[in-house]
Amino acid sequence: MTLILTRRRLLRYGALGAGAALLAGCDGISRNPQARNFLQRAEDLTMAAQRALIDRTALAPEFSESEIIQPMRANGSRNVQDDAYHALFDSDFAGWTLPVTGLVEKPLALSLNEIRNMPSRTQITRHDCVEGWSCIAKWTGTPLSGVLDQAGVKPDAKYIVFRCFDTLGNALYYESIDMVDARHPQTILAYGLNDEKLGIPYGAPLRVRVERQLGYKMAKYIKAIEVVDDLSPIAGGKGGYWPDRGYEWYAGI
Amino acid sequence: MEQQDSAGSNVIYRHRWPTRIWHWANAVCLFFLLLSGLQIFNAHPALYFGQQSTFDDPALSLTAFRAADRTIHGQTQIGSWTFDTTGYLGASPDRIGNMVPRGFPPWLTIPSYRDLSTGRVWHFFFAWLLVINGLVFLVFSLANRHFVRDLAPSGRELGGIGHTILEHIRFRFHHDGRYNVLQKLSYIVVIFILLPLIVATGLTMSPGMDSWAPWLLDVFGGRQSARSIHFITMALLVTFFIVHILMVLAAGPINEMRSIITGRYKIDPELKEGSS
Repeated sequence: MTLILTRRRLLRYGALGAGAALLAGCDGISRNPQARNFLQRAEDLTMAAQRALIDRTALAPEFSESEIIQPMRANGSRNVQDDAYHALFDSDFAGWTLPVTGLVEKPLALSLNEIRNMPSRTQITRHDCVEGWSCIAKWTGTPLSGVLDQAGVKPDAKYIVFRCFDTLGNALYYESIDMVDARHPQTILAYGLNDEKLGIPYGAPLRVRVERQLGYKMAKYIKAIEVVDDLSPIAGGKGGYWPDRGYEWYAGI
Repeated sequence: MEQQDSAGSNVIYRHRWPTRIWHWANAVCLFFLLLSGLQIFNAHPALYFGQQSTFDDPALSLTAFRAADRTIHGQTQIGSWTFDTTGYLGASPDRIGNMVPRGFPPWLTIPSYRDLSTGRVWHFFFAWLLVINGLVFLVFSLANRHFVRDLAPSGRELGGIGHTILEHIRFRFHHDGRYNVLQKLSYIVVIFILLPLIVATGLTMSPGMDSWAPWLLDVFGGRQSARSIHFITMALLVTFFIVHILMVLAAGPINEMRSIITGRYKIDPELKEGSS
Protein backbone atom coordinates (compact mmCIF):
# COMPACT_ATOMS: atom_id res chain seq x y z
CA MET A 1 0.00 0.00 0.00
CA THR A 2 2.72 2.42 1.00
CA LEU A 3 4.70 1.31 -2.00
CA ILE A 4 1.81 2.03 -4.39
CA LEU A 5 1.15 5.39 -2.78
CA THR A 6 4.79 6.33 -2.97
CA ARG A 7 5.06 5.22 -6.55
CA ARG A 8 1.89 7.07 -7.49
CA ARG A 9 3.09 10.16 -5.69
CA LEU A 10 6.46 9.83 -7.33
CA LEU A 11 4.80 9.59 -10.74
CA ARG A 12 2.62 12.57 -10.02
CA TYR A 13 5.40 14.78 -8.76
CA GLY A 14 7.63 13.50 -11.54
CA ALA A 15 5.05 14.47 -14.17
CA LEU A 16 4.43 17.85 -12.54
CA GLY A 17 8.16 18.49 -12.29
CA ALA A 18 8.75 17.48 -15.91
CA GLY A 19 5.88 19.70 -17.05
CA ALA A 20 7.16 22.67 -15.06
CA ALA A 21 10.69 22.15 -16.41
CA LEU A 22 9.35 21.95 -19.97
CA LEU A 23 7.36 25.17 -19.62
CA ALA A 24 10.33 26.92 -17.96
CA GLY A 25 12.42 25.73 -20.92
CA CYS A 26 9.89 27.28 -23.33
CA ASP A 27 10.05 30.56 -21.43
CA GLY A 28 13.85 30.41 -21.67
CA ILE A 29 13.70 29.89 -25.44
CA SER A 30 11.11 32.69 -25.73
CA ARG A 31 13.48 35.10 -23.95
CA ASN A 32 16.59 34.02 -25.85
CA PRO A 33 16.98 36.36 -28.85
CA GLN A 34 18.81 33.85 -31.07
CA ALA A 35 16.33 31.06 -30.40
CA ARG A 36 13.36 33.37 -30.87
CA ASN A 37 14.83 34.74 -34.12
CA PHE A 38 15.23 31.19 -35.37
CA LEU A 39 11.57 30.41 -34.68
CA GLN A 40 10.53 33.73 -36.23
CA ARG A 41 12.18 32.80 -39.53
CA ALA A 42 8.91 31.00 -40.29
CA GLU A 43 7.64 34.52 -41.07
CA ASP A 44 9.92 34.65 -44.15
CA LEU A 45 8.43 31.35 -45.30
CA THR A 46 4.90 32.65 -44.74
CA MET A 47 5.59 35.83 -46.67
CA ALA A 48 7.34 34.00 -49.53
CA ALA A 49 4.47 31.49 -49.75
CA GLN A 50 1.75 34.14 -49.68
CA ARG A 51 3.53 36.38 -52.18
CA ALA A 52 4.04 33.40 -54.52
CA LEU A 53 0.47 32.17 -54.15
CA ILE A 54 -1.58 35.34 -54.03
CA ASP A 55 -1.96 37.54 -57.09
CA ARG A 56 -0.63 41.00 -56.26
CA THR A 57 -3.97 42.55 -57.19
CA ALA A 58 -6.20 39.91 -55.54
CA LEU A 59 -8.76 41.79 -53.47
CA ALA A 60 -9.63 41.25 -49.85
CA PRO A 61 -13.31 40.26 -49.54
CA GLU A 62 -15.70 43.21 -49.59
CA PHE A 63 -19.05 43.14 -47.82
CA SER A 64 -22.51 44.70 -48.16
CA GLU A 65 -23.95 47.64 -46.22
CA SER A 66 -26.13 45.25 -44.20
CA GLU A 67 -23.01 43.63 -42.77
CA ILE A 68 -22.02 46.84 -40.98
CA ILE A 69 -23.74 45.87 -37.74
CA GLN A 70 -21.85 47.87 -35.12
CA PRO A 71 -19.60 50.90 -34.72
CA MET A 72 -16.01 50.25 -35.79
CA ARG A 73 -13.90 49.05 -32.88
CA ALA A 74 -10.79 51.18 -32.56
CA ASN A 75 -7.47 49.34 -32.38
CA GLY A 76 -4.16 50.57 -30.97
CA SER A 77 -4.07 54.22 -29.84
CA ARG A 78 -7.50 55.73 -29.37
CA ASN A 79 -6.24 59.25 -28.82
CA VAL A 80 -3.14 61.39 -29.33
CA GLN A 81 -1.24 62.96 -26.41
CA ASP A 82 -0.31 66.11 -28.29
CA ASP A 83 -2.01 69.52 -27.94
CA ALA A 84 -0.82 70.66 -31.37
CA TYR A 85 -2.58 67.63 -32.89
CA HIS A 86 -5.85 68.49 -31.14
CA ALA A 87 -5.62 72.10 -32.32
CA LEU A 88 -5.19 70.81 -35.88
CA PHE A 89 -8.12 68.42 -35.48
CA ASP A 90 -10.36 71.22 -34.20
CA SER A 91 -9.60 73.26 -37.35
CA ASP A 92 -10.15 70.22 -39.65
CA PHE A 93 -6.39 70.27 -40.29
CA ALA A 94 -6.55 73.68 -41.98
CA GLY A 95 -3.07 74.82 -42.97
CA TRP A 96 -1.65 71.34 -42.38
CA THR A 97 -0.10 69.35 -45.21
CA LEU A 98 0.98 65.74 -45.59
CA PRO A 99 4.59 65.57 -46.75
CA VAL A 100 5.46 62.79 -49.21
CA THR A 101 9.25 62.67 -49.32
CA GLY A 102 12.22 60.37 -49.74
CA LEU A 103 12.96 58.48 -52.95
CA VAL A 104 10.57 60.50 -55.11
CA GLU A 105 11.08 62.71 -58.17
CA LYS A 106 8.85 65.45 -56.80
CA PRO A 107 8.28 65.73 -53.02
CA LEU A 108 4.68 66.62 -52.22
CA ALA A 109 2.90 68.54 -49.48
CA LEU A 110 -0.81 67.68 -49.77
CA SER A 111 -3.53 69.43 -47.81
CA LEU A 112 -6.39 67.33 -46.49
CA ASN A 113 -8.75 69.01 -48.95
CA GLU A 114 -6.44 68.20 -51.86
CA ILE A 115 -6.42 64.56 -50.74
CA ARG A 116 -10.22 64.53 -50.40
CA ASN A 117 -10.48 65.86 -53.96
CA MET A 118 -8.26 63.14 -55.42
CA PRO A 119 -9.89 60.02 -56.96
CA SER A 120 -11.64 58.17 -54.15
CA ARG A 121 -12.41 54.57 -53.37
CA THR A 122 -14.99 53.30 -50.88
CA GLN A 123 -14.74 49.73 -49.60
CA ILE A 124 -16.62 47.75 -46.96
CA THR A 125 -14.00 45.46 -45.50
CA ARG A 126 -13.24 43.33 -42.50
CA HIS A 127 -10.63 44.66 -40.09
CA ASP A 128 -8.71 41.83 -38.40
CA CYS A 129 -6.88 42.66 -35.19
CA VAL A 130 -3.83 40.59 -34.23
CA GLU A 131 -5.68 39.87 -30.97
CA GLY A 132 -8.19 37.78 -32.91
CA TRP A 133 -11.30 39.92 -33.34
CA SER A 134 -12.79 41.19 -36.61
CA CYS A 135 -15.05 44.15 -37.38
CA ILE A 136 -16.65 45.15 -40.70
CA ALA A 137 -16.76 48.85 -41.63
CA LYS A 138 -16.89 51.15 -44.65
CA TRP A 139 -13.72 53.06 -45.46
CA THR A 140 -13.37 55.94 -47.90
CA GLY A 141 -10.07 57.33 -49.10
CA THR A 142 -7.76 57.91 -52.00
CA PRO A 143 -5.66 55.06 -53.41
CA LEU A 144 -2.07 55.36 -52.22
CA SER A 145 -0.80 54.44 -55.70
CA GLY A 146 -2.27 57.72 -57.06
CA VAL A 147 -0.36 59.72 -54.47
CA LEU A 148 2.82 57.80 -55.27
CA ASP A 149 2.34 58.38 -59.02
CA GLN A 150 1.93 62.09 -58.40
CA ALA A 151 5.22 62.14 -56.48
CA GLY A 152 7.00 59.87 -58.97
CA VAL A 153 8.58 57.00 -57.09
CA LYS A 154 12.24 56.39 -57.96
CA PRO A 155 13.16 52.89 -59.21
CA ASP A 156 15.22 51.99 -56.12
CA ALA A 157 12.27 52.60 -53.75
CA LYS A 158 11.33 49.51 -51.75
CA TYR A 159 9.13 50.60 -48.86
CA ILE A 160 6.57 53.21 -47.91
CA VAL A 161 6.96 54.43 -44.33
CA PHE A 162 4.07 56.04 -42.45
CA ARG A 163 5.05 58.42 -39.65
CA CYS A 164 2.28 59.06 -37.12
CA PHE A 165 1.15 61.69 -34.62
CA ASP A 166 0.44 59.15 -31.86
CA THR A 167 2.81 57.79 -29.27
CA LEU A 168 2.60 54.46 -27.48
CA GLY A 169 4.77 54.17 -24.37
CA ASN A 170 6.73 57.35 -25.34
CA ALA A 171 7.65 56.08 -28.81
CA LEU A 172 6.13 57.55 -31.96
CA TYR A 173 4.05 55.05 -33.90
CA TYR A 174 5.20 54.19 -37.41
CA GLU A 175 4.63 51.42 -39.90
CA SER A 176 5.83 50.41 -43.35
CA ILE A 177 4.66 48.33 -46.31
CA ASP A 178 6.41 47.18 -49.46
CA MET A 179 5.57 48.29 -52.99
CA VAL A 180 3.28 45.29 -53.62
CA ASP A 181 0.95 46.38 -50.83
CA ALA A 182 1.49 50.09 -51.57
CA ARG A 183 0.29 49.55 -55.17
CA HIS A 184 -2.62 47.28 -54.21
CA PRO A 185 -5.98 48.71 -55.39
CA GLN A 186 -7.49 48.52 -51.89
CA THR A 187 -4.59 50.30 -50.21
CA ILE A 188 -6.09 53.72 -49.53
CA LEU A 189 -5.35 56.72 -47.37
CA ALA A 190 -8.72 56.72 -45.61
CA TYR A 191 -10.32 59.97 -44.42
CA GLY A 192 -13.86 58.61 -44.04
CA LEU A 193 -15.40 55.84 -41.95
CA ASN A 194 -19.00 54.66 -42.28
CA ASP A 195 -19.93 57.78 -44.32
CA GLU A 196 -18.52 60.14 -41.71
CA LYS A 197 -15.32 62.09 -41.38
CA LEU A 198 -12.61 59.96 -39.75
CA GLY A 199 -12.77 60.60 -36.00
CA ILE A 200 -9.94 60.73 -33.48
CA PRO A 201 -10.30 57.12 -32.22
CA TYR A 202 -9.97 55.87 -35.81
CA GLY A 203 -6.85 57.80 -36.79
CA ALA A 204 -7.79 61.29 -38.09
CA PRO A 205 -6.69 62.87 -40.36
CA LEU A 206 -5.61 59.80 -42.36
CA ARG A 207 -5.27 56.09 -41.71
CA VAL A 208 -3.92 53.69 -44.28
CA ARG A 209 -5.92 50.58 -45.12
CA VAL A 210 -3.83 47.51 -45.99
CA GLU A 211 -6.70 45.07 -46.30
CA ARG A 212 -4.67 41.88 -46.74
CA GLN A 213 -2.80 42.32 -43.47
CA LEU A 214 -3.63 42.68 -39.77
CA GLY A 215 -4.79 45.89 -38.09
CA TYR A 216 -1.47 47.02 -36.63
CA LYS A 217 -0.05 47.43 -40.16
CA MET A 218 -2.70 50.06 -40.89
CA ALA A 219 -1.05 53.12 -39.39
CA LYS A 220 -3.43 55.73 -37.95
CA TYR A 221 -2.89 59.48 -37.41
CA ILE A 222 -0.59 59.66 -40.45
CA LYS A 223 1.66 62.73 -40.22
CA ALA A 224 4.11 62.05 -43.05
CA ILE A 225 4.87 59.53 -45.80
CA GLU A 226 8.43 58.62 -46.67
CA VAL A 227 9.64 56.45 -49.56
CA VAL A 228 12.80 54.48 -48.65
CA ASP A 229 14.93 51.57 -49.80
CA ASP A 230 15.99 50.40 -46.32
CA LEU A 231 14.07 50.13 -43.06
CA SER A 232 17.01 49.40 -40.77
CA PRO A 233 17.96 53.07 -39.99
CA ILE A 234 14.44 53.85 -38.73
CA ALA A 235 13.64 53.49 -34.98
CA GLY A 236 14.22 49.84 -33.98
CA GLY A 237 15.01 48.90 -37.57
CA LYS A 238 12.24 46.34 -38.05
CA GLY A 239 9.93 48.59 -40.06
CA GLY A 240 7.23 49.33 -37.51
CA TYR A 241 6.33 50.06 -33.91
CA TRP A 242 5.04 46.54 -33.27
CA PRO A 243 7.63 44.77 -35.46
CA ASP A 244 10.27 46.52 -33.31
CA ARG A 245 8.54 44.84 -30.36
CA GLY A 246 8.55 41.26 -31.65
CA TYR A 247 5.55 41.19 -33.98
CA GLU A 248 5.83 40.11 -37.63
CA TRP A 249 6.57 42.83 -40.17
CA TYR A 250 4.59 40.80 -42.71
CA ALA A 251 1.22 40.40 -41.02
CA GLY A 252 -0.72 38.62 -43.76
CA ILE A 253 -1.50 35.86 -41.25
CA MET B 1 3.22 -5.22 -42.04
CA GLU B 2 3.12 -8.48 -40.16
CA GLN B 3 6.52 -9.75 -41.08
CA GLN B 4 7.66 -12.31 -38.57
CA ASP B 5 10.57 -10.85 -36.61
CA SER B 6 12.40 -14.20 -36.50
CA ALA B 7 11.27 -17.81 -36.55
CA GLY B 8 9.36 -18.72 -33.43
CA SER B 9 9.28 -15.18 -32.02
CA ASN B 10 5.98 -13.42 -31.40
CA VAL B 11 7.43 -9.95 -32.00
CA ILE B 12 6.37 -8.38 -35.27
CA TYR B 13 7.48 -5.27 -37.14
CA ARG B 14 4.40 -3.11 -36.78
CA HIS B 15 5.20 0.51 -37.60
CA ARG B 16 7.46 1.51 -40.46
CA TRP B 17 9.87 4.40 -39.93
CA PRO B 18 7.84 7.05 -41.84
CA THR B 19 4.88 6.33 -39.59
CA ARG B 20 7.02 6.50 -36.45
CA ILE B 21 8.75 9.74 -37.42
CA TRP B 22 5.45 11.33 -38.43
CA HIS B 23 3.84 10.25 -35.16
CA TRP B 24 6.50 11.80 -32.94
CA ALA B 25 7.02 14.94 -35.00
CA ASN B 26 3.27 15.37 -34.99
CA ALA B 27 3.12 14.92 -31.21
CA VAL B 28 5.79 17.60 -30.74
CA CYS B 29 4.07 20.01 -33.17
CA LEU B 30 0.63 19.58 -31.61
CA PHE B 31 2.03 20.11 -28.11
CA PHE B 32 3.59 23.46 -29.03
CA LEU B 33 0.67 24.47 -31.25
CA LEU B 34 -1.81 23.83 -28.43
CA LEU B 35 0.02 25.82 -25.77
CA SER B 36 1.02 28.70 -28.07
CA GLY B 37 -2.52 28.70 -29.48
CA LEU B 38 -3.95 29.19 -25.99
CA GLN B 39 -1.53 32.12 -25.57
CA ILE B 40 -2.93 33.66 -28.77
CA PHE B 41 -6.50 32.97 -27.62
CA ASN B 42 -5.76 34.81 -24.36
CA ALA B 43 -5.24 38.06 -26.32
CA HIS B 44 -8.99 38.10 -26.97
CA PRO B 45 -10.54 35.28 -24.93
CA ALA B 46 -13.89 35.12 -26.70
CA LEU B 47 -15.35 33.21 -29.65
CA TYR B 48 -17.99 34.27 -32.17
CA PHE B 49 -19.74 32.82 -35.21
CA GLY B 50 -20.03 34.71 -38.49
CA GLN B 51 -17.84 37.02 -40.57
CA GLN B 52 -17.03 39.36 -37.68
CA SER B 53 -17.02 39.55 -33.88
CA THR B 54 -20.39 40.34 -32.31
CA PHE B 55 -18.72 41.90 -29.30
CA ASP B 56 -21.87 42.14 -27.16
CA ASP B 57 -22.86 38.54 -27.74
CA PRO B 58 -19.95 36.07 -27.80
CA ALA B 59 -20.62 32.34 -28.17
CA LEU B 60 -17.95 31.70 -25.54
CA SER B 61 -15.95 34.00 -23.33
CA LEU B 62 -13.50 33.77 -20.44
CA THR B 63 -13.78 36.93 -18.35
CA ALA B 64 -12.89 38.23 -14.91
CA PHE B 65 -14.88 40.42 -12.54
CA ARG B 66 -14.26 41.97 -9.16
CA ALA B 67 -16.73 40.83 -6.50
CA ALA B 68 -18.14 43.04 -3.70
CA ASP B 69 -15.37 41.81 -1.36
CA ARG B 70 -12.85 43.07 -4.00
CA THR B 71 -11.60 39.57 -4.84
CA ILE B 72 -11.16 38.74 -8.55
CA HIS B 73 -13.26 35.94 -9.97
CA GLY B 74 -12.98 34.08 -13.27
CA GLN B 75 -16.08 33.35 -15.29
CA THR B 76 -16.66 31.08 -18.28
CA GLN B 77 -19.63 31.86 -20.49
CA ILE B 78 -20.92 29.45 -23.11
CA GLY B 79 -24.11 30.64 -24.84
CA SER B 80 -26.52 31.60 -22.06
CA TRP B 81 -24.72 29.61 -19.36
CA THR B 82 -22.07 31.02 -17.05
CA PHE B 83 -19.84 29.13 -14.67
CA ASP B 84 -17.50 30.31 -11.93
CA THR B 85 -14.09 29.03 -13.01
CA THR B 86 -11.90 31.11 -10.67
CA GLY B 87 -8.35 29.80 -10.54
CA TYR B 88 -8.50 28.07 -13.93
CA LEU B 89 -10.37 30.03 -16.61
CA GLY B 90 -10.98 33.79 -16.73
CA ALA B 91 -8.78 34.48 -13.70
CA SER B 92 -5.87 32.46 -12.36
CA PRO B 93 -2.99 32.93 -9.90
CA ASP B 94 0.16 34.59 -11.23
CA ARG B 95 3.73 33.72 -10.23
CA ILE B 96 3.34 35.17 -6.75
CA GLY B 97 -0.15 33.83 -6.18
CA ASN B 98 -2.25 36.93 -6.95
CA MET B 99 -5.45 36.23 -8.85
CA VAL B 100 -5.22 38.05 -12.21
CA PRO B 101 -7.59 38.26 -15.21
CA ARG B 102 -6.40 35.77 -17.84
CA GLY B 103 -8.22 33.42 -20.25
CA PHE B 104 -6.21 30.21 -19.81
CA PRO B 105 -3.83 29.89 -16.84
CA PRO B 106 -0.02 30.38 -17.15
CA TRP B 107 0.71 26.63 -16.98
CA LEU B 108 -1.29 26.08 -20.19
CA THR B 109 0.38 28.73 -22.36
CA ILE B 110 3.70 29.28 -24.14
CA PRO B 111 5.24 31.50 -22.96
CA SER B 112 3.76 31.17 -19.47
CA TYR B 113 3.64 34.99 -19.18
CA ARG B 114 1.42 37.11 -21.37
CA ASP B 115 3.16 37.68 -24.73
CA LEU B 116 1.03 37.49 -27.87
CA SER B 117 3.86 38.11 -30.35
CA THR B 118 5.99 35.27 -28.98
CA GLY B 119 2.96 32.98 -28.90
CA ARG B 120 2.46 33.72 -32.60
CA VAL B 121 6.15 33.07 -33.33
CA TRP B 122 5.92 29.59 -31.74
CA HIS B 123 2.56 28.89 -33.34
CA PHE B 124 3.53 29.65 -36.94
CA PHE B 125 6.87 27.85 -36.67
CA PHE B 126 5.18 24.64 -35.59
CA ALA B 127 2.25 25.18 -37.96
CA TRP B 128 4.71 25.03 -40.87
CA LEU B 129 6.35 21.91 -39.40
CA LEU B 130 2.95 20.26 -38.92
CA VAL B 131 1.96 20.92 -42.53
CA ILE B 132 5.31 19.79 -44.00
CA ASN B 133 5.32 16.70 -41.77
CA GLY B 134 1.75 15.89 -42.76
CA LEU B 135 2.44 16.25 -46.49
CA VAL B 136 5.53 14.01 -46.28
CA PHE B 137 3.54 11.41 -44.33
CA LEU B 138 0.77 11.59 -46.93
CA VAL B 139 3.18 10.89 -49.78
CA PHE B 140 4.90 8.01 -47.92
CA SER B 141 1.66 6.45 -46.76
CA LEU B 142 0.20 6.49 -50.25
CA ALA B 143 3.44 5.04 -51.63
CA ASN B 144 3.83 2.28 -49.05
CA ARG B 145 0.08 1.65 -49.00
CA HIS B 146 -0.16 2.31 -45.25
CA PHE B 147 -3.57 3.96 -45.65
CA VAL B 148 -5.06 1.22 -47.82
CA ARG B 149 -3.55 -1.71 -45.98
CA ASP B 150 -3.63 -0.60 -42.36
CA LEU B 151 -6.22 2.17 -42.01
CA ALA B 152 -9.09 1.43 -44.39
CA PRO B 153 -11.58 -0.76 -42.50
CA SER B 154 -13.06 -3.73 -44.35
CA GLY B 155 -16.80 -4.24 -44.71
CA ARG B 156 -16.57 -7.16 -42.32
CA GLU B 157 -14.83 -5.01 -39.71
CA LEU B 158 -17.44 -2.27 -40.02
CA GLY B 159 -20.17 -4.93 -39.67
CA GLY B 160 -18.57 -6.18 -36.47
CA ILE B 161 -18.20 -2.71 -34.93
CA GLY B 162 -20.81 -3.42 -32.22
CA HIS B 163 -18.80 -6.42 -31.05
CA THR B 164 -15.56 -4.37 -31.00
CA ILE B 165 -17.24 -1.63 -28.94
CA LEU B 166 -18.43 -4.25 -26.38
CA GLU B 167 -14.93 -5.69 -26.17
CA HIS B 168 -13.52 -2.20 -25.52
CA ILE B 169 -16.09 -1.57 -22.80
CA ARG B 170 -14.92 -4.82 -21.14
CA PHE B 171 -11.27 -3.74 -21.62
CA ARG B 172 -10.56 -6.89 -23.64
CA PHE B 173 -7.92 -6.13 -26.24
CA HIS B 174 -6.54 -8.45 -28.91
CA HIS B 175 -2.91 -7.89 -29.70
CA ASP B 176 -2.71 -9.30 -33.19
CA GLY B 177 -0.61 -6.42 -34.49
CA ARG B 178 -3.40 -4.95 -36.59
CA TYR B 179 -5.51 -1.93 -35.77
CA ASN B 180 -9.04 -2.77 -34.68
CA VAL B 181 -11.95 -1.05 -36.39
CA LEU B 182 -12.39 1.65 -33.71
CA GLN B 183 -8.70 2.47 -33.92
CA LYS B 184 -8.89 2.64 -37.71
CA LEU B 185 -11.90 4.95 -37.62
CA SER B 186 -10.42 7.27 -35.01
CA TYR B 187 -7.11 7.51 -36.91
CA ILE B 188 -9.02 8.21 -40.14
CA VAL B 189 -10.98 10.97 -38.39
CA VAL B 190 -7.77 12.55 -37.04
CA ILE B 191 -5.70 12.22 -40.24
CA PHE B 192 -8.34 13.04 -42.84
CA ILE B 193 -10.77 15.29 -40.96
CA LEU B 194 -9.42 16.98 -37.83
CA LEU B 195 -5.87 17.79 -38.96
CA PRO B 196 -6.90 19.14 -42.41
CA LEU B 197 -9.74 21.05 -40.72
CA ILE B 198 -7.48 22.73 -38.17
CA VAL B 199 -5.05 23.78 -40.94
CA ALA B 200 -7.84 25.03 -43.23
CA THR B 201 -9.56 27.04 -40.48
CA GLY B 202 -6.17 28.45 -39.47
CA LEU B 203 -5.56 29.61 -43.04
CA THR B 204 -9.07 31.11 -43.22
CA MET B 205 -8.08 33.43 -40.37
CA SER B 206 -5.28 34.84 -42.55
CA PRO B 207 -6.40 38.06 -44.28
CA GLY B 208 -3.83 37.33 -47.00
CA MET B 209 -5.22 33.85 -47.69
CA ASP B 210 -8.77 35.21 -47.76
CA SER B 211 -7.83 37.32 -50.79
CA TRP B 212 -6.45 34.20 -52.50
CA ALA B 213 -9.34 31.90 -51.63
CA PRO B 214 -12.43 33.85 -50.56
CA TRP B 215 -14.40 30.60 -50.81
CA LEU B 216 -12.71 29.49 -47.57
CA LEU B 217 -14.92 32.08 -45.85
CA ASP B 218 -18.02 30.58 -47.49
CA VAL B 219 -17.02 27.06 -46.48
CA PHE B 220 -16.59 27.94 -42.79
CA GLY B 221 -19.17 30.74 -42.55
CA GLY B 222 -16.78 33.64 -42.02
CA ARG B 223 -13.49 34.41 -40.31
CA GLN B 224 -14.87 34.36 -36.79
CA SER B 225 -16.63 31.04 -37.43
CA ALA B 226 -13.34 29.68 -38.74
CA ARG B 227 -11.65 30.84 -35.53
CA SER B 228 -14.30 29.09 -33.42
CA ILE B 229 -14.10 25.89 -35.51
CA HIS B 230 -10.30 26.03 -35.14
CA PHE B 231 -10.82 26.13 -31.35
CA ILE B 232 -13.42 23.31 -31.35
CA THR B 233 -11.15 21.15 -33.53
CA MET B 234 -8.36 21.77 -31.02
CA ALA B 235 -10.66 20.51 -28.24
CA LEU B 236 -11.48 17.38 -30.31
CA LEU B 237 -7.77 16.71 -30.89
CA VAL B 238 -7.13 17.07 -27.16
CA THR B 239 -9.98 14.59 -26.55
CA PHE B 240 -8.40 12.19 -29.04
CA PHE B 241 -5.05 12.57 -27.26
CA ILE B 242 -6.57 11.74 -23.85
CA VAL B 243 -8.37 8.62 -25.16
CA HIS B 244 -5.25 7.63 -27.12
CA ILE B 245 -3.11 7.76 -23.94
CA LEU B 246 -5.73 5.85 -21.91
CA MET B 247 -5.86 3.15 -24.59
CA VAL B 248 -2.06 2.87 -24.64
CA LEU B 249 -2.08 2.48 -20.85
CA ALA B 250 -4.87 -0.11 -20.98
CA ALA B 251 -3.35 -2.09 -23.85
CA GLY B 252 0.13 -2.38 -22.33
CA PRO B 253 2.18 0.82 -22.31
CA ILE B 254 5.61 -0.79 -22.64
CA ASN B 255 4.74 -2.86 -25.69
CA GLU B 256 2.86 0.04 -27.30
CA MET B 257 5.67 2.51 -26.64
CA ARG B 258 8.25 0.09 -27.98
CA SER B 259 6.27 -0.36 -31.18
CA ILE B 260 5.91 3.37 -31.88
CA ILE B 261 9.60 3.99 -31.07
CA THR B 262 11.34 0.94 -32.57
CA GLY B 263 8.53 -0.46 -34.69
CA ARG B 264 8.63 -3.81 -32.88
CA TYR B 265 5.45 -5.07 -31.27
CA LYS B 266 4.76 -8.20 -29.29
CA ILE B 267 1.58 -10.02 -30.29
CA ASP B 268 -0.42 -12.43 -28.13
CA PRO B 269 1.15 -15.92 -28.36
CA GLU B 270 -2.20 -17.61 -29.11
CA LEU B 271 -2.57 -15.37 -32.16
CA LYS B 272 0.84 -16.24 -33.51
CA GLU B 273 -0.25 -18.97 -35.91
CA GLY B 274 -3.44 -17.35 -37.07
CA SER B 275 -2.13 -13.88 -37.69
CA SER B 276 0.34 -14.11 -40.54
